Amino acid sequence: MTGRLSRFLLTALVFGYAFLHAPIATLIVYSFNDSRLVTVWSGFSLRWYAALLENEALLDAAWVSLRVALLAATGATVLGTLAGFALARRRRFRGRTLLAAMLATPLVMPEVILGLALLLLFVASEVLVGWPTERGIGTIAVAHVTLAMAYVAVVVQSRLGGLDPAIEEAAADLGARPATVFVRITLPMIAPGVVAGWLLAFTLSLDDLVLASFVSGPGATTLPMAIFSSVRMGVSPQINALATVIVVVVAAGVLAAGRLVFANGKKTYSS
Amino acid sequence: MKARRADGFVRIATAVPYVWLGLFLLLPFLIVLVVSLSTKEIGTPPFAPPVTFSGGVPRPAPDLGNYAYLFDDPLYALAYLSSIRVAAIATLVALLLGYPVAYAIVRAPAAWRPLLLTLVILPFWTSFLIRVYAWIGILAPNGLVNNVLLATGVIAEPLVLLSTEPAVILGIVYSYLPFMILPLYAALERLDPTLLEAAADLGCRPAAAFLRITLPLSLPGIVAGGLLVFVPGVGEFVIPDLLGGADTLMIGKVLWDEFFGNTDWPVASAVATALLVLLIVPVLWLQRLQGGQR
Repeated sequence: MTGRLSRFLLTALVFGYAFLHAPIATLIVYSFNDSRLVTVWSGFSLRWYAALLENEALLDAAWVSLRVALLAATGATVLGTLAGFALARRRRFRGRTLLAAMLATPLVMPEVILGLALLLLFVASEVLVGWPTERGIGTIAVAHVTLAMAYVAVVVQSRLGGLDPAIEEAAADLGARPATVFVRITLPMIAPGVVAGWLLAFTLSLDDLVLASFVSGPGATTLPMAIFSSVRMGVSPQINALATVIVVVVAAGVLAAGRLVFANGKKTYSS
Repeated sequence: MKARRADGFVRIATAVPYVWLGLFLLLPFLIVLVVSLSTKEIGTPPFAPPVTFSGGVPRPAPDLGNYAYLFDDPLYALAYLSSIRVAAIATLVALLLGYPVAYAIVRAPAAWRPLLLTLVILPFWTSFLIRVYAWIGILAPNGLVNNVLLATGVIAEPLVLLSTEPAVILGIVYSYLPFMILPLYAALERLDPTLLEAAADLGCRPAAAFLRITLPLSLPGIVAGGLLVFVPGVGEFVIPDLLGGADTLMIGKVLWDEFFGNTDWPVASAVATALLVLLIVPVLWLQRLQGGQR
């Protein structure tokens, strides 16, 4: 179905995309506003970006978030790739339904429930087995791995679904062991999906407020936690500047990931 | 595919994510259930376990008081009902807004489509918290909308837009609209255009063809998109906290306040369990739907 759009559809398209993108655009514009009052324009200025560089608390939080996200994205990519591989290439095994259900759960489960559940687990396991001794970067990363591996598995599974298993079978028939087939045949073929999954997991971790708030301890404040407590006090031009930096960094990452995902004309985002 | 016995590597590839999810997803939910049956206490952790051991023999003493409390205090029932209402209205608005957009993407020239789809996905990658925050600047008493309306003389006094239920609905629609558009797009793209041509040839008017062919055939997309907006919307915390007011009751926020405000872990766990039970039907429905597509 191609052709010219009717006036109604064109209007819908323009209105829909304006609704999706205008709020972020206003945020970016006002981050360059000189006035302390966020919504009154009084001239172009970069002062809020300069103030950002001197805000120790925010910079510390950003550093915490970055370390958590690197750990979580890597862990989620390993686990999610294995899970996606198992579901796509093993048609039948005991507990397949349970694995698929457990993987789908974090995609739709309200984060408050998962956050509470994981905190109660950490408290119980500290009493019973002495781990974790303190809640912070480690526990937040575990929570984010659990959330993000589900997304990685979806991306990897759909990538594998579009690939011909005959290539892997040929390698196996020629005597390659399954581990060798996975490393030398499967992994290179699904590499774009794996990279896209890592980026997705990274941004999910960088963005999460609710899970981190539950499972973090007094020592560790992530960037979303710092933003949230500042935003609750009201709008501040510094947060606008920070938001702009995050949006630009993430958009660059998405465009890079998009190139990988749309490479070879393969669609990964068909729900 | 030849039937081959799963070897060591494939077994490990399956077992590792399995064990992880068992430990960090299944087990935590069981603990929530256990804590929801325990009694609040002053201490660390702030509850007494519902099972005591005397001489190695477990003696279960479940406390159903937390659930009784959920029924007694009308706050909780109201919060559940208003969460469902808010999420349902948001889902409907997202459908009315998302359907024409998805339809337009399908009808757009093929060369536009990758860009149009990327633009739908882009906000989903942008920080959720920041996207909600953007609306505070737009809706606040001295925000963009009020400033424009005051400057153009449409209104004399700033309108109260922020901290209202419509603001929460708007926030949910805005945040979850991509989840509505993508399944609708997938469903509409699969639709065979010759069906519509046949209908037109047989004298069916476009409006009737839409109602009798396009709409029924896109129903799986409508259901999937609807659930993807509704389910997370019901349990949403950030949006009602930032855009809602004191009178906007949402269950995700109630759970948060029980836990962080009142430090009442057993009641927070009971609220979570009840929310889980409430959402289990739509979640299973969604999983069936997605399982069927593969």
